[in-house]
Amino acid sequence: MPKLKVALYWAASCGGCEIATLAIGDKILKLAEAADIVFWPVAVDAKYADVENMADQSIDACLFNGAIRNSENEHMAKLLRQKSKIMIAYGSCATEGCIPGLANFYNLKMMVDTAFIDTVSSDNQDKIIPQTSVKVPEGELELPVLWETVKTLAQTVDVDYFVPGCPPEERTTWLALEALLSGKLPPKGTVIAHPANAVCNDCPRVKHEKKIKAFHRPYEIIPEPDKCLLEQGLLCYGVATRGGCGAPCPQANMPCTGCYGPVEGVRDQGAHFLTALASVIDANNPDEIEKILDGIVDPAGTFYRYSLADSMINRARIKQ
Amino acid sequence: MTDFEPKIVAFLCNWCSYRGADLAGTSRMKCAANVRAIRVMCSGRVEPAFILRAFELGADGVLVLGCHPGDCHYAEGNYKALRRMMLLKRTLKQLGIEEDRFRMDWVSASEGDLFTHVVNDMTEKVRALGPFKAKEEAKVA
Ligand code: SF4
Ligand code: SF4
Ligand code: FES
Repeated sequence: MPKLKVALYWAASCGGCEIATLAIGDKILKLAEAADIVFWPVAVDAKYADVENMADQSIDACLFNGAIRNSENEHMAKLLRQKSKIMIAYGSCATEGCIPGLANFYNLKMMVDTAFIDTVSSDNQDKIIPQTSVKVPEGELELPVLWETVKTLAQTVDVDYFVPGCPPEERTTWLALEALLSGKLPPKGTVIAHPANAVCNDCPRVKHEKKIKAFHRPYEIIPEPDKCLLEQGLLCYGVATRGGCGAPCPQANMPCTGCYGPVEGVRDQGAHFLTALASVIDANNPDEIEKILDGIVDPAGTFYRYSLADSMINRARIKQ
Repeated sequence: MTDFEPKIVAFLCNWCSYRGADLAGTSRMKCAANVRAIRVMCSGRVEPAFILRAFELGADGVLVLGCHPGDCHYAEGNYKALRRMMLLKRTLKQLGIEEDRFRMDWVSASEGDLFTHVVNDMTEKVRALGPFKAKEEAKVA
């Protein structure tokens, strides 16, 4: 059997997905046996021009991590789509925007001012901000153009499969790679993960009927070791998050933050969690409800931590 | 902008508010024609995702009406709705969606006049805000 040709790329991401790919450990040798990595900026020396020179559809599969937030991200997404038979959105950024997608709570000016002028560590009295082109004796140099709105990979090009997680757990990565290497691929559009309705299904904590009188932040309480964290007032997202990760976070006393995205069949993960939380608040009196809700310090940021760019209202409306 | 007619999606509970709307009609009360009514069995059936979806599909405002507290046909459905809508309101605010675009209220089967008042009042407030742009185009630096 001829070796598969595989490309890996990062767009707007933190680099964690690259490490997650390597987290498969010695299985990477199996990957190297069955596939040639033709492009992987973090590990293989190939230039953008090399990809441009490849024949269309000559890459068997591209694992694309990172969101799309500038002209370079978009260019590479389109180029790799053109060159690849299978396009896989790998990780939460490519799938639903993830942490870079939180930029959609702000506008361009707010972002640029924060990054280059307002932060306490910035020493930029002349308020110099990066330009997208500059003339030097050798000619004109260009930088990618930053966008106001972060997009997902599927909002940019046609995507065949999604691998959830920030970053994907090792077992999830290997599940996707195994499917690829064996040629036993699921139907187009599948989110590849071990089957579990929600993170709660994988979580060993004991669950009772949920009735919540107060919410707490993780640093405010020491949770009981065996009882569901949500029942203890921690904002555990397990109820509204796709399972398959194995629930490592609640098992380490940290509430799930929702990185595996919406459960199958749900479009708006944030609205789903919002609904679940509000339903288990144990109060009917408006004043009491308001007081309990005050315990959720950043509702939109909590509900849309990973999925803002992919949600029904994909960005904040900001009065200019 | 003067000929802008706001589109308002209204989720009305079957047992109270939908009948209140009926009463307003049969009593020939004058009511803004901007509301698209969706009958649900109880305000507790209205998921926050329905409201976001309405905005996504081009609604300029969304209204949820249910039985008065204590009067829900299913005893507690409207309290559940209240908690959800209160949390949704906080979330919409962070998303920069103006407060007047979303309203939850109580209207009983005998309150055709109140139904009319709520609809007219909301229509005028949303008219003043202008159209809601569902998908904002990516702006470049
Ligand atoms: S809500 Fe969190 S702690 Fe509770 S069962 Fe689900 S994943 Fe476990
Ligand atoms: S428990 Fe939640 S936050 Fe942790 S890995 Fe699983 S989905 Fe992600
Ligand atoms: S039946 Fe009217 S609000 Fe529940």
